[in-house]
Amino acid sequence: MIFKLTEEQELLNKTVRDFAESEIAPKAAEMDEKEEYDLSLWNKMAEMGLTGIPYPEEYGGAGMDNLSYAIAVEELSRICASSGVLVSAHTSLCAWPIYAFGTEDQKKKYLVPLCSGEKIGAMGLTEPSAGSDAAALKTTAVKEGNEFVLNGTKIFITNAFLAETYVIFASTDRSKGHRGISAFIVEKGTPGFTFGKKEHKMGIRASATYELVFENCRIPAENLLGEEGQGFKIVMMTLDGGRIGIAAQALGIAQGAFDQALNYSKVREQFGKPISANQGLQWMLADMATQIEAARLLVYQAAYLKDTKQPYSKQSAMAKLFASETAMAVTTKAVQIFGGYGYTREYPVERMMRDAKITEIYEGTSEVQRIVIASNILK
Amino acid sequence: MNIVVCMKQTFDTEAKIALDANGKINKQGVSLIMNPYCEFAVEEALRIKEKHGGEVTVVSVGGPEAQDALRQALAMGADKAVLVDPGMEEVDEFTTATILAKAISGLQYDIVLGGFRAIDDGSAQVAGRVAEILGLPVVNVVTKLEIADGKATATKEIEGGSQVLEVALPAVFTAQKGLNEPRYPSMKGIMQAKKKPMEKKTLADLGLDAGQVAPKVKALSYFLPSARAAGKIIPGEPADAARDLVKALREEAKVI
Repeated sequence: MIFKLTEEQELLNKTVRDFAESEIAPKAAEMDEKEEYDLSLWNKMAEMGLTGIPYPEEYGGAGMDNLSYAIAVEELSRICASSGVLVSAHTSLCAWPIYAFGTEDQKKKYLVPLCSGEKIGAMGLTEPSAGSDAAALKTTAVKEGNEFVLNGTKIFITNAFLAETYVIFASTDRSKGHRGISAFIVEKGTPGFTFGKKEHKMGIRASATYELVFENCRIPAENLLGEEGQGFKIVMMTLDGGRIGIAAQALGIAQGAFDQALNYSKVREQFGKPISANQGLQWMLADMATQIEAARLLVYQAAYLKDTKQPYSKQSAMAKLFASETAMAVTTKAVQIFGGYGYTREYPVERMMRDAKITEIYEGTSEVQRIVIASNILK
Repeated sequence: MNIVVCMKQTFDTEAKIALDANGKINKQGVSLIMNPYCEFAVEEALRIKEKHGGEVTVVSVGGPEAQDALRQALAMGADKAVLVDPGMEEVDEFTTATILAKAISGLQYDIVLGGFRAIDDGSAQVAGRVAEILGLPVVNVVTKLEIADGKATATKEIEGGSQVLEVALPAVFTAQKGLNEPRYPSMKGIMQAKKKPMEKKTLADLGLDAGQVAPKVKALSYFLPSARAAGKIIPGEPADAARDLVKALREEAKVI
């Protein structure tokens, strides 16, 4: 095994870190406070090519691998988890199913502007009664002539409202259960497609989360993604990959909080010495660093398996499970190290701890990850 | 319009400098970056190229690790990189400038750019020496550069203001902060960088030998600034404290 990044991955790592520290860091706290993302940052990321990292150049992507993509999401999230999930949901949940299952025409029409960053992407799966049980979704798509008519409501949709392109899952045949689910590409502005309430969240507050409402929303039949009834397979495969993005986001949050806590422990003095001189604190830092390193190896391994076209469902679930629980544990300890200051919004660890929690919930809760892992090892 | 950029790899601005057992600067584990002033020079070269066409070649003197900084310049959009490894422990500005001038003399150029100084040793000599050896005019600390009709109009900092100069090409210019805002390498640029030529040369490849470039200046010793003494807080009511402060400034610090 060779534990070494390529020269390109190293340079990407450094570039995204510089960008995040110089451009995003000054805005992260304010965006969180205002619950609004500054789209000038998205435009800069688009210019740098961070909006289509793992897709071929012919579709406007950077032609890099999934490990590069994971590193980029990690580095963005190290400074601002909302930036990490913006890129992750766009890249993994919207661009990927179009790339993997779209027709050539669909890719030209939808994937190219997503990769260039001209358009932001989102995916609509979750419904009030279909969360972890994704197959229980109630949104329907009925074929009428050359169109599908969508009816239903999606909730907790990341990037909604900002996004122009949506991959929406709906049932084309309720009698067939999960085999009756199909995927569709829906454009913002299509009559009958509106936004419901904006969610006010604990963390990743700069990330837009809305309800999507479909009322007799007519979309052309050519916007069916893949085949009718293939939707459940598409969503499961999309989430396998999406987990790498969220695992990378969690890893970045953990690293960001650790870096803050490490620096602070060296300059904060109590009892006439830096608090890092206390063994109790040293052991906390050692545990945090070890968990982060283990999480990183799991995340990079999952990305590597995907890049080398090997099965990665189990490893991406493990990476997501472990990295998100690491993010929660590490950010909680980081706040502890900062003490009272860490509980205030003066320091970023307060935001990071709030941001970490969602990584244990979205794109499959920790419990769902354990189901995926168990089903893989008990096969 | 062919442009050559002299580029130096330096310590990260946030690196903690420590001395080793021999009193030399400890380079172990220090992260390295492209000298920020050289970054302005690379950016300016790319902007000139985008406007007038041509080719940008980035030249550096250093060990194999300097390839990282050259690769960054290629990823930003430079066309070629040349790295000359002098294979020497100690170099001075004479060494570096002599090597750079020799390497540049084998290239086609209309403009030579460099940072006005490096953030590590800060001697601000190399580009001027290169100009001298190549017999070119040089304009230092440039904050604006315009190229037209084989001439350059350069705005440079002078004490208390700016000066606008016109100079015929070829010429050497050194970049000051404010010249431009360097771009980040794009992801496509990073992927293209590996396909661009990076020539690695030795002194012998340039027809030089170690004797010709032996440093003329020897660093005798290095030392770190002494730790800052703790500040003093003057307690009491504002009027009393102000009186005590003035007294201390007059009698202890002797600054007023």
